[in-house]
Amino acid sequence: MTRLIRYVLYDILRNKVVITYALFLFVVSFSLFQLEENESKAILSLLNIVLIVVPLIGMIFTTIHYYNSYEFIELMLSQPLSRKRILLSEFTGVAVSLLCAFAFGVGVPVLIFSFNDTGFALLIAGGALTLIFTSIAFLASVKSRDKARGIGFTLLLWFYFALIYDGLVLLVLFSFSDYPMEKFTLLLSALNPIDLARISIMLKMDVSALMGYTGALYKNFFGTGAGMLFTGSIMLLWIILPLWWAVTAFNKKDM
Amino acid sequence: MIRIEQLNKRFRKLQALDNINVVFGNGNVISLIGPNGSGKTTLIKCILGMVTADEGRIYVNGQMISNDPSYREQIGYMPQIGRYPDNMRVGELFRMMKNIRIMPENQLDKELLEKFRLMPMFDKPMRTLSGGTRQKVSAALAFYFNPAILILDEPTAGLDPLSTEILKEKIQDARSQQKLVLVTSHILSDLDELTTHVMYMQDGKMIFLKQIDVLRQETGEDKLGKAIASIMKHELKAQFV
Repeated sequence: MTRLIRYVLYDILRNKVVITYALFLFVVSFSLFQLEENESKAILSLLNIVLIVVPLIGMIFTTIHYYNSYEFIELMLSQPLSRKRILLSEFTGVAVSLLCAFAFGVGVPVLIFSFNDTGFALLIAGGALTLIFTSIAFLASVKSRDKARGIGFTLLLWFYFALIYDGLVLLVLFSFSDYPMEKFTLLLSALNPIDLARISIMLKMDVSALMGYTGALYKNFFGTGAGMLFTGSIMLLWIILPLWWAVTAFNKKDM
Repeated sequence: MIRIEQLNKRFRKLQALDNINVVFGNGNVISLIGPNGSGKTTLIKCILGMVTADEGRIYVNGQMISNDPSYREQIGYMPQIGRYPDNMRVGELFRMMKNIRIMPENQLDKELLEKFRLMPMFDKPMRTLSGGTRQKVSAALAFYFNPAILILDEPTAGLDPLSTEILKEKIQDARSQQKLVLVTSHILSDLDELTTHVMYMQDGKMIFLKQIDVLRQETGEDKLGKAIASIMKHELKAQFV
């Protein structure tokens, strides 16, 4: 398996997209820390960028990589290698390179300028989001046969998780504002990894005090050890389930 | 040896393979023929596990192909259209395959690499190769690991006459080494003298699998091409009557 991963990594490194992505993240994070005089303000701005950019780049890059290595996958299929191994090697290669880019681009500046709980939370959440959206993108690409449809589908998923979902949650909250919805919003936030990441980082900052009663409830729940365990396991599920589904679909796929 | 039992495959409305039962023995060179879309490539891809059958079983040298991919060590496959990673160089491709299949250097079969003069091209990226050179790479790769079973999908399409002769010689060698060679081809005359058996497919069904001599006798034609043509005409007539 490591041999396969090595070829996948080699292929990714050669086309330089990941390196550009790493440099882009680095420049953005570095300049944010330079611009804002207060480091927690900088972290907050960085958080918003990470929550938008990491899922987007992760998904687009994964999808394009999958379709570009279709020939490689086809070639490997006629060799004595199981399909599961081929797909998981592809996943590991993509995930590792994206994680490295994130660790360099955001990790280094954060460790230099904001070496604390909030910084760590941001790094862990960003890493988790990278894995989650790589996994989701693999599912979308395995499921859709041609490139255009695959990329379209991943873009739609990104829109859904990054923008539409919050709108829907707001809509629900407003229409049922007469009822006690706090527990329900907790559940809703677990259904979107981006929201989950946002909440877990916000709670590490002082801004949660500004979020009113819901914020207090969040702090009560997510702030505790059990809450962190909950966040962690939901994130893990978001990584494993789409990937597992992708592997099952790939096993049955006709090439 | 490959044994196929009650193999069925359906792509939406199209019955690509319709209850195929067949045994291919060692030392045979089997020509798989039939009109376009008759299920030849699908059958090959089923044997390779690239297409999963709806029903039926396939045994490769006694081992049922299911979840264990190790049986593919015994197969060398040359696809109809060889598609390779664009950025990879020819040399890298062979090195990579060697890495993945793990075989001692002295057991590798480099004859085709030499005869096709592929070694001097090791620095060229795959995307710059012409269609014919790609075919040569595919062929060299299929024979590289000295497999007991060779599956060649339209091997001579796009090859120049000289390379076709080299490939034919190679197939002849494989036959004398008691290997099983499965070939699909449209251009029958190319493989006339090599073939031991002919399997004829139409609309996903196996019409017959016969020894070439028997076929020659039955149709009264000496050339394989004419023999098949006379069968196809017969089939067509039967359809319209």
